[in-house]
Amino acid sequence: MDKAAQVPVYDSSRQGSAALEELRAIFKYRYLVVQFVRRDILTRYKRSVLGVAWTMLNPLGTMLILTIVFSQAFGGSQEGYAAYVLSGLIAWNFFAQSSNAATLHLVWGGSLLKKIYIPRTSFAVSATGTGLINILFSLIPLLIVMLLTGVPIRWTIILLPIPILFLAMFALGVGLLISTMAIFYADIAEMFQIALTAWMYLSPVIYSPEILPEAYRFWITRLNPMFYLIELFRMPIYYGKVPDLSLVMIAGGISIVTLFVGWIYFTGKSDEFAYRV
Amino acid sequence: MNSHIVSEPKVIEERHFPSINEPVIIMEQVGVRYQIASEKIFTFKEYLIRRFQGNITLGEFWALSEVNLNILKGEMIGLIGVNGAGKSTLLKLIAQVMRPSRGRVVVIGKVAPLLEFGAGFHPDLTGRENIFLNGALLGFTNDEMQEKFDRIVDFAELWEFIDVPLRNFSSGMVARLGFAVATDIEPDILLLDEVLSVGDEAFQRKSFSRMEEFRELGATIILVSHNMDTILEMCPRAVWLDHGQIKMIGSSPEVIDAYREDQESSDGAADEA
Repeated sequence: MDKAAQVPVYDSSRQGSAALEELRAIFKYRYLVVQFVRRDILTRYKRSVLGVAWTMLNPLGTMLILTIVFSQAFGGSQEGYAAYVLSGLIAWNFFAQSSNAATLHLVWGGSLLKKIYIPRTSFAVSATGTGLINILFSLIPLLIVMLLTGVPIRWTIILLPIPILFLAMFALGVGLLISTMAIFYADIAEMFQIALTAWMYLSPVIYSPEILPEAYRFWITRLNPMFYLIELFRMPIYYGKVPDLSLVMIAGGISIVTLFVGWIYFTGKSDEFAYRV
Repeated sequence: MNSHIVSEPKVIEERHFPSINEPVIIMEQVGVRYQIASEKIFTFKEYLIRRFQGNITLGEFWALSEVNLNILKGEMIGLIGVNGAGKSTLLKLIAQVMRPSRGRVVVIGKVAPLLEFGAGFHPDLTGRENIFLNGALLGFTNDEMQEKFDRIVDFAELWEFIDVPLRNFSSGMVARLGFAVATDIEPDILLLDEVLSVGDEAFQRKSFSRMEEFRELGATIILVSHNMDTILEMCPRAVWLDHGQIKMIGSSPEVIDAYREDQESSDGAADEA
């Protein structure tokens, strides 16, 4: 009787809600997600001398270049421009890399889905997990830069998990949407890369929204989900303030809706993946 | 997707534990339809253009149709047919990688699909890390893999290399590791797709005897092979698939004779390996 209880029964004619079943499956395969994250982190740096330190050096290097190049143009008057850029970049990179990796993993690793059953969302979820590990590492250089440039570190920093969680949800939602489309149309993955570059320059990563001409400011800021998410990320760490409730609500709402839509869309289409990947 | 359920779906008890000679894989009027774009390159741009012109032509291709098949518990069954006959698609249905476009597939028990050796392995990770990664792909927790670890490495005979990155392994070593991981899970149903031809002779014998062990434990084994001698030797029963349909089910010698006859009469020219 003991053994009988363990025998799984699969019946293709019995199918509940795809979105809920996938949720159950990904929980069951949580160790796979951990292993994927481990693999991504380990293999990315295994052959390099400095290893995981690159997670911190990478945004630091970009920040240095951007600070030198743009501090005259955008940040001349702004205090702590280096920390401003770095905090924006960290939030941006987390989103861009996670959503992009979700797409690439599914497109390149998708052949695995034809051979063995694993939850199809495991690629996107683990890509976001890898991004979470990376963002935690990259907070270290941010704190160092803040100390060096005299930007005060306040207690509000303990609120940082909220924007990070929202960013993760938004990145996962976008990653699921784009990767579903990329399965069906190969060039979506390429188009997304270009779109990400444009999107970054349309977001207040390296400049402050105040410098935008009045005519465009509304469109570039208010209609851009990343505007809210980056602002919310900067609040507790760079500005040292408790974010307004309205900002939290808007950013949280965008993230939840995006994740929800992405999850439904992805799981609704994922049975067709094995025919297409 | 399952719009054509032919017979009234019988409810299969979750806790039902099949005894020997009861079916563990049931296929009822199963069909799998692939949609193929009329041309290979099918990009988003093209899609938009064609959509606009209104001439998207999706071809239909039935990789399997009207397949009715019961595979019994403890059975070792061979699957034969030329390339493209639908053998791999059938395995994919059992492995739950694909859902049928029509009909119904019921699988009772834990299925171990034998990954093409090396699939899921990462060359930059060590043997040890790959064992845990592969175990997770098969749905195991770290604790469960910890428990299996020694046995797997023993079986693969790879203790010396276990902390070496996989890219330094020979292909035979990778195959051994893959087989050792996949078969340590005590599956109820084992899917073997043309895998017995890898590894050296000693390892092949070892794999053979491991399969015998499974069978004695009551596992069901489905073997796809182009090597008729392997099928004859291991499988009492065989299924011949042709253009996505079952052409014949029966005792292996009979099915293989018919298959060979058909092969010879249809073409002497094309060399189907």
